[in-house]
Amino acid sequence: MFDARPQHNEYLRHRAQQFRQQVERRLDGSLTEDEFRPLRLMNGVYLQLHAYMLRVAIPYGTISPDQMRTLALLAEKWDKGYGHWTTRQNIQYNWPKLVDIPDMLDALADVGLHAIQTSGNTIRNVTTDAFAGAAADEVADPRPYAELLRQWSTDHAEFQFLPRKFKIAVSGGKKDRAVIAAHDIGLRLVSNDRGELGYQVWIGGGLGRTPLLGKVVREYLPEADLLPYIEAIIAAYNLSGRRDNKYKARIKITVAERGLDVMREEIEAEFQRRRQAFTGADQDLLAALKSLYAPPAFRNEPEGDYEERRAANPAFRSWTDTNLSAHKQEGYASVTVTFKAPGQTPGDASAEQMRLLADLAERFGHHDLRISHEQNVVLPHVHKSDLFAVYQELKAAGLATANAGLISDIVACPGMDYCTLATARSIPIAQDIAAHFRARGLEEEIGKFNIRISGCINACGHHHLGHIGILGLDRAGVENYQITLGGDGYDIPAIGQRAGAGFPAEEVVPAIDRLIDAYLELRESPEERFIDAYRRLGVAPFKAALYPADA
Amino acid sequence: MSKGFTPSPATPAVITANDLRMGHCVWMRDGGWTADPREAELFEDEAIAELALLDAIAQANVVVGPYLAEARRGPDGRPEPTHFREAFRRRGPSNYFHGKQAEFAQSEVEASNV
Repeated sequence: MFDARPQHNEYLRHRAQQFRQQVERRLDGSLTEDEFRPLRLMNGVYLQLHAYMLRVAIPYGTISPDQMRTLALLAEKWDKGYGHWTTRQNIQYNWPKLVDIPDMLDALADVGLHAIQTSGNTIRNVTTDAFAGAAADEVADPRPYAELLRQWSTDHAEFQFLPRKFKIAVSGGKKDRAVIAAHDIGLRLVSNDRGELGYQVWIGGGLGRTPLLGKVVREYLPEADLLPYIEAIIAAYNLSGRRDNKYKARIKITVAERGLDVMREEIEAEFQRRRQAFTGADQDLLAALKSLYAPPAFRNEPEGDYEERRAANPAFRSWTDTNLSAHKQEGYASVTVTFKAPGQTPGDASAEQMRLLADLAERFGHHDLRISHEQNVVLPHVHKSDLFAVYQELKAAGLATANAGLISDIVACPGMDYCTLATARSIPIAQDIAAHFRARGLEEEIGKFNIRISGCINACGHHHLGHIGILGLDRAGVENYQITLGGDGYDIPAIGQRAGAGFPAEEVVPAIDRLIDAYLELRESPEERFIDAYRRLGVAPFKAALYPADA
Repeated sequence: MSKGFTPSPATPAVITANDLRMGHCVWMRDGGWTADPREAELFEDEAIAELALLDAIAQANVVVGPYLAEARRGPDGRPEPTHFREAFRRRGPSNYFHGKQAEFAQSEVEASNV
């Protein structure tokens, strides 16, 4: 199996060298664009609206300070000084030149990073909970399993030409923070009634033009059977997934058309065959990965002046109220650094900000950083006595916005400002909504709120999972935005339902404003979130707020 | 977008693509390419446009993905986009002062310094 740890990166250099030669052959005319396109896509290189785009995998969102500094170097040396965190825990560079990309891949290889399988009909970057290994509610750390899957799936010869792209998410928390129901395969780490660790296996979830939540294909899979079972699922899909129609090629359609029971039978039969081929090497590797991801040497110290600082500094208190998550280790917290400051493009990080985070992770965070699918960065392990120092440094860099999980913590794809597939822009809509509710001073009063925006039906902004989802479309040559209500990517996975006719760009903020006013009026208490009120009351009062003329 | 229209005096077109080596947007002019959309050639005849597009496709070692984009003749006689997607390609993203808008500002500064 492929091993991409920094100390074993000859393979990555080899791949970068291969790509360098492919680029040379494209430039000297030996390769046509049709021949070159699949080769560049295998290396994460897209051609977008204004430029090439390089998507670099951040395996399950876990990244070291040195790797983060290399991401900063790429941004500065070969891009315009910044990168963009994606909803799949990756980073995208919006402005590389094709002729520079081989050098970028070399620099990535130096720290064990790459762009392999960040595009194409292959198994993509495995995603997980950004709080893995830290969350208080964790059954088990999902990262060893995610890494096992990554090593197994990278360059897996059988799965390089699947009917369509394939996304796997692993969740280790009692509460799912990896949106496993929206993935081709979702794995929840669970214990059976004998207390043995295993997985609940979901298949057939996905967003895009046909949003579907996954279904449980196996209630309990023993821990040791992970790879043969996953291999069986993908082998079954590889044979029965449709190749005649790109829009019906994802496993969600295969499951919907053929039925879960038929798929399960095929998977189980294939599983019995494949299992014979696994003789234990995968379990040896898993054991090694578990020690690689052993908890860091946590400090057992008092919290220092943390509470006094909170009491004395309202801005710090507000930030600790919104941007900290409960840690399994006493005295620690996980810090969410949002990239959603006023006027900021959701998920955009400058080279300086990346370097600061790398420094903070080294000084205060046990050398650990995570990219979350909400396009934020998490310092998973910070001792409470260090929180004020971390906060002050973040604040000086414009990174201490106290809005994690609030209405201005908006997830948005690049939209038509960058993406060639987009039908409308996402970024200005996100910026306008955030600015509006900040100006009204309502952020804290509204409380936990999740807005997600996609600039086309492919749903990279996961709009179906937003409490409010916004989908940008082209209606007769004008940008138009459909609103969906009631989506949820966390507690009770749900696909948002379209509320009605779309709005022109300038009417989106007023429409959301009416919706929020209706919610504030209707909620039973400040603790009742919008999604809770929506579930209690149904769509009618919110639809009436969106479309007052129809009411 | 090239779908659903035929170049004509009423619905002129430009031919546009991305530069192979650098990736930026380019427009066809006199059988070659310019990075300045204001310099693009307007095609008002279907047959001539189609021939020019074939020529553009043949220049695969210079550009990627050439296509006919609907345009109109502006007050100064120069081509203007009819669709917002083409307008964004000419200008750059709306969240930063990047892309063509920055390049043109730079070239205007340089021109004024001459």
